[in-house]
Amino acid sequence: MAKRQKIDIAVIMATAISLFVLLIVPVDNSAKLIPYIAVYLLIGYEILFKAGRNILSGEIFDENFLMSIATIGAFAIAEYPEAVSVMLFYRVGEFFQDYVLDKSRKSISDLVDIKQDYANVEVNGELIKKDPHNIKVGDIIYVKPGERIPLDGVVIEGSSSLDASALTGESMPKDVSKGDSVLSGCINLSGLLTVKVEKPYTDSTASKILELVEYASAKKARTEKFITRFARIYTPVVVFAAAFLAVLPPLLIQDASFKDWIHRALIFLVVSCPCALVISIPLGFFGGIGRASKRGILVKGGNYLENMAMVDTMVFDKTGTLTEGTFEVTQIVPRNSTKEELLRVSAHAEGFSNHPIAESIIKVYGKEPDTRKVRNVEEIAGHGIKALLDGELILVGNDKLMEKHGIKYGRVDKIGTVVHAAKGSVYLGYIVISDKIKIDTKGAVESLKREGVHNLVMLTGDSERTAVHVAKEVGIRKVYSSLLPQDKVSIVEKLLAEMGKKKTLVFVGDGMNDAPVLMRADVGIAMGALGSDSAIEAADIVIMDDKPSKIPEAVQIAKKTVRIVKQNITIALFVKILVLLLGAFGFANMWAAVFADVGVSIITILNAVRIYKGY
Amino acid sequence: MRKTLTLQNLGCASCADKMERRINKIDGVISASISFAAQKLFLEVEEGKFEKIVEKAQQVCRKIEPDCRIVY
Repeated sequence: MAKRQKIDIAVIMATAISLFVLLIVPVDNSAKLIPYIAVYLLIGYEILFKAGRNILSGEIFDENFLMSIATIGAFAIAEYPEAVSVMLFYRVGEFFQDYVLDKSRKSISDLVDIKQDYANVEVNGELIKKDPHNIKVGDIIYVKPGERIPLDGVVIEGSSSLDASALTGESMPKDVSKGDSVLSGCINLSGLLTVKVEKPYTDSTASKILELVEYASAKKARTEKFITRFARIYTPVVVFAAAFLAVLPPLLIQDASFKDWIHRALIFLVVSCPCALVISIPLGFFGGIGRASKRGILVKGGNYLENMAMVDTMVFDKTGTLTEGTFEVTQIVPRNSTKEELLRVSAHAEGFSNHPIAESIIKVYGKEPDTRKVRNVEEIAGHGIKALLDGELILVGNDKLMEKHGIKYGRVDKIGTVVHAAKGSVYLGYIVISDKIKIDTKGAVESLKREGVHNLVMLTGDSERTAVHVAKEVGIRKVYSSLLPQDKVSIVEKLLAEMGKKKTLVFVGDGMNDAPVLMRADVGIAMGALGSDSAIEAADIVIMDDKPSKIPEAVQIAKKTVRIVKQNITIALFVKILVLLLGAFGFANMWAAVFADVGVSIITILNAVRIYKGY
Repeated sequence: MRKTLTLQNLGCASCADKMERRINKIDGVISASISFAAQKLFLEVEEGKFEKIVEKAQQVCRKIEPDCRIVY
């Protein structure tokens, strides 16, 4: 405990005891004035001092000032015990409020603390710890078992398994050995790793993620902005109401005493601080962002949590989001040739391409295509490849390519991408390549429906048949297929126009080629973004690994955050308005007022804690 | 340039709002945002004016909350 807190506790205890003694000593109240003032100054000097200093620098309406006026006012109407006890409970409340606030700030920061603050380097045959800021690209560092990797790099010696849960939220260890890239923030579980640094500390993954999460609190949620604006007018309004209450009724109403109405006005002053609202709401969004990042979901601002909680339509890009995005040859069907010949021709045509489809064909071919045999390679966009293999014309591509060159082929109605091949004018057959649906896609879609997201849409550049097949398999009804990249934006715009107000559209993609759509949607989510700066840049919410199950989780966290934030607004406003009303009609005392101020503040902070604690 | 600074002893949430509004009015500040929960000040300022602006921002904060310090 800090020294300051110890002093606070001592002052609070001393005041409580003195107050108790003063209350039970059987002397006339007026004789106690001097001791009461002494006790009051003990507990209140700090508040009074701050209030005075702030007035001198032109700051009125701050909570110190309001508290000072309220308690001095209580003295003026001879309510000595009340003056002291209000100041006492205010201090107790503030003490707990600061304590709880500090604790929750710290535990949220711990949630996202994935940096390692030293790196092991070898100097004269000995390992010493060095500040990672001073490590340069190309330096060699050593990561011992149990340590976090401080900087991004490549393993040059040793093998181990890594726990990447700080980055992805998944604790499944990943094996690494010589030649593998490793990211900062991962924990080395078993063996000593020698790593050649590839990125400076500030550009390494852990620093980037931390920066992003911190920066997220700069983008305030609409609720947060609204509450801040509300607080700006709330305090002056209540203070003026107090002024009227103190003066007008005693003048207008017969038999009304100044003392009674001033007492009521003082209650107003105590309730006029908007603290409960302005503390707990930003803390709630901060907690939501922290909780999400612990699960490998980076949210770039409180406003995106809000939008996510109102999701009505969720649009998915198919390839790489719902499906693995890694293609596999599922069928090889030769016509007028053999399987080997069909593969050989196709693999040689695709030999110059690094498209996933080409890679999958070459993988099945099993050998490196001999590229010296291939001449005049021509890639025709939207059709396929035309080339000369051993001087003979070869064509490898889709239906359009075959038709263009007058090749007689049979239309194939299969799920997946169909690649035809022809040599000269002879049709050789076709190869079917398909993409696997991710294992947790179906479960994710079901969870989303349970969360009330019923309007699920899938977009893809693939053929209708493939698209419908995938959509049916995972449980999505609305499908748009055979799309060009620019079509995706117009479809999202159309869907946005169809939606009601207070509802939002979320787009989920892999963040590579869909930046325009990510921007256009109310919330753009990029998946599998670990290690891809461009995807992280383009999206509003970034899912570090490529698990679709993180999407319903993000919706849950967003909804919970918004629900608790709304609860807190309701609690705070309800109690404050209730106490104001009761106070105005003479049914509330100053104690109730202190509760409505710091008491409610503590309750709402504790309620906000539930967001990142997960219950 | 963009810079994230820590605000020590930021105790009052309404004060954070006041500081944010006044720092935004400092000459050369493109945008300033204070997160009360994270105790951070996010500054975007015109090139070359950073030092001066931080000094002024520090004055603003101290005026509103005398114990508040900007650290970076």
